[in-house]
Amino acid sequence: MCALMSRRALVRLLPSAALFGALLVAWQLAGPAFGIREYLLPAPTSVVRAMLNVSIPWPTHIWITTLEIVGGFAVAAGAGVALGIAIAWSPVAARALVPFLVFVNTLPKVAVAPLFLLWLGYGVVPNILIAALIGFFPVVINTAVGLTQVDEELLDLGRVFGAPTWKVFVKIRLPNALPYVLSALKITATAAVVGAVVGEFVASQAGLGMVIVNAQTNLNTPVAFAALVWISIVGLTLYGVVVLAARRWAPWAEAGS
Amino acid sequence: MIVLDRVGMTYRADAGPVEALRDITLEIGRGELLALVGPSGCGKSTLLRIIAGLRPATAGRVTVDGSVVTRPIPAVGMVFQAPLLLRWRTILDNVLLAAELAGLDRGAHRARAEALLRLVGLDGFGARQPRELSGGMQQRAALCRALLLDPPLLLMDEPFGALDAMTRDELNLELLRVWGEGSAARKTIVFVTHSIPEAVLLADRVVVMTPRPGRVARLFDVPLPRPRTVATRAAPAFGALTVAIHEALTETR
Ligand SMILES: Nc1ncnc2c1ncn2[C@@H]1O[C@H](COP(=O)(O)OP(=O)(O)OP(=O)(O)O)[C@@H](O)[C@H]1O
Ligand SMILES: [Mg+2]
Repeated sequence: MCALMSRRALVRLLPSAALFGALLVAWQLAGPAFGIREYLLPAPTSVVRAMLNVSIPWPTHIWITTLEIVGGFAVAAGAGVALGIAIAWSPVAARALVPFLVFVNTLPKVAVAPLFLLWLGYGVVPNILIAALIGFFPVVINTAVGLTQVDEELLDLGRVFGAPTWKVFVKIRLPNALPYVLSALKITATAAVVGAVVGEFVASQAGLGMVIVNAQTNLNTPVAFAALVWISIVGLTLYGVVVLAARRWAPWAEAGS
Repeated sequence: MIVLDRVGMTYRADAGPVEALRDITLEIGRGELLALVGPSGCGKSTLLRIIAGLRPATAGRVTVDGSVVTRPIPAVGMVFQAPLLLRWRTILDNVLLAAELAGLDRGAHRARAEALLRLVGLDGFGARQPRELSGGMQQRAALCRALLLDPPLLLMDEPFGALDAMTRDELNLELLRVWGEGSAARKTIVFVTHSIPEAVLLADRVVVMTPRPGRVARLFDVPLPRPRTVATRAAPAFGALTVAIHEALTETR
């Protein structure tokens, strides 16, 4: 059974893996064939070499960027859920918060990043906040929607059994919102990556985004590519964790769709 | 005792008001099993909601044991027309939801929940997810949930609508036992059904409602002896009453 499943999964992955492999090979061969310079488009082998180059403190950079991404993700998730609950719970809070949140969300976050640096100084904190700012909005909206889009009859069910409002909230509304929240968190996971890297682009002393900026100034493109690959590994891992969490804690949502 | 005093209900909808119920006056005695029959859309579900205190009537009033119903009344077991199982809970946890929502200890009700599942033929399905059960099985689970706290008042909206004839017969007789047929400590049950034989088999009285706006068209006493069994169906009075109610329903159109 298990072997069968994994074989089926392999068969499903095969087309995209084949395409990916073919692209890599073409890329590798294209450099010498067309005389493309390394600083324009480094060959995959050069990128891998740069990724494993011990003279670059990769672990530190990866650690810093991961911290910013995960921190931003956590702040966005926590603040997003809290704001979503406030909006769903109180119409007054909704009227007060929603226009403000929409305004904040329409701000170009890239343009706000320098201000954060000005206020908070260098370091991971401003970058965590930028990552959170980019990623929190879908969480707010989905939390609020998930909490309010409950079958009216399910709420009746709660009331008929004599449950106080808070208990209906905990036992019916919150679980109902969970799949909505988890699907927003998938978006937030990718948005947090963008936020952290943008923050590092603007100014930072460490991190994979900073590596890219420095490498570009020195025309050391293989290193820039290497940093890019590391970023996507971190991002994909976070995304994978969220998907697994969704499967673990809201399996009914997947089975439905 | 439940007293409905000229109860009316008009829904305000976007497409204009819908008058669902008009002038329903009815007394339901303590320990009575009352069946409601009527054409689809005549307001039976609406009436149950009003009695439960889930929706305020727009005219008239409802009193339960002398106090006017203004909000959900306590100690009622309700079987909705849809099973309304929480899809994130197992069947057993859905049954136990009744205890949780009422602020009672889950553990103390577990044995009873399992016994109820056995009673309705869902033995071994406690750990399943609702989506793994058929519609009729889900309805039976919802019945267990309504019975868990052994409420003195049961409001049941076509609880056996999705069942095959055999299972339905079985559960009808089981319901009579749960009701306390023949004992002094009977529950009060208001039972909505589209099946006239089912209404006659179970009820002390059968209310026939008119099409929308729903009114009480006729009220039939069911003088069949208790305890009722499968053999009750063979009684001449059973057939006569079934035909009479059928005719009353046809006349209301
Ligand atoms: N929430 C609502 N808003 C507006 N109209 C409603 C609402 N609920 C019910 N109605 C209307 O009230 C009328 C009675 O509905 P109800 O569900 O009580 O009928 P019913 O007798 O239970 O029908 P059925 O036998 O098909 O279950 C219908 O015409 C329906 O359209
Ligand atoms: Mg109905």
